[in-house]
Amino acid sequence: MRYFAALREALGDGEEVELPEGSDLAALRDRLIASSPRHAEALARGRALRCALDQVLVRESAQPGDGAEVAFFPPVTGG
Amino acid sequence: METPREAGARLPRTVRIQTADFDLGAEVAVLRAGDHGIGAVASFIGTVRDRNDGAAVAGMTLEHYPGMTEKAIDAMVDAAAARFPLLGVTVVHRVGPLAPGDQVVLVAVASAHRGAAFQACEFLMDYLKTQAPFWKKEQTPQGGRWVDARVSDDAALARWGIAAGNADGPAAGEPAADGGPGASSAPV
Repeated sequence: MRYFAALREALGDGEEVELPEGSDLAALRDRLIASSPRHAEALARGRALRCALDQVLVRESAQPGDGAEVAFFPPVTGG
Repeated sequence: METPREAGARLPRTVRIQTADFDLGAEVAVLRAGDHGIGAVASFIGTVRDRNDGAAVAGMTLEHYPGMTEKAIDAMVDAAAARFPLLGVTVVHRVGPLAPGDQVVLVAVASAHRGAAFQACEFLMDYLKTQAPFWKKEQTPQGGRWVDARVSDDAALARWGIAAGNADGPAAGEPAADGGPGASSAPV
């Protein structure tokens, strides 16, 4: 798990998470939300967040494999 | 009449993420070097404004996702090359602390003729604004604030037939996995 921008400030650079096989990123987000009040606030469903699996933007229905790198972050604002 | 590059042929490109400033003339010289088939170069430079959303901006810090940033820009150059008959692309994006007036991003595009160069330059910037993992944090008199994504940037990419799904995220309580506009996967 990696976090960026406002999420990184709230939750740190990242963390290791074990997931049941077949879980998607929505399930991962729910699991993180349940893990602490800080996570619940930063990852709340009302917030528009984007996610990446192995450094490619994906929907939350994407399923991470073993050792996958998942990232949650706010909408991007480069340029 | 040129056609977009054949699938599989990789367009020459320079992609760099750096803290240092860049020089337009030097970058264009490299972009053009040795290819006399180039008849047009279009470039865009984004710079730091001293005001945004009604507040004075003393400076900003740009954060990115190392590794993913390069992949995302590489993919967007491929997407441009599939649409336009290009001969070369340069993308330089700065990260770290920047002051008003500083250069932030350079996109330069070479083609045989101006139409493709102008269009591809705009396409690349529209794509970068909504699909590349950069985030800006502004310093204002009220303190630091993360810049919000703009729906207008998604609309700019939509003109090219690509659903950006960046700023128009899921409505409150709606999981992105439900396939709302915010859940659209990026065209990678």
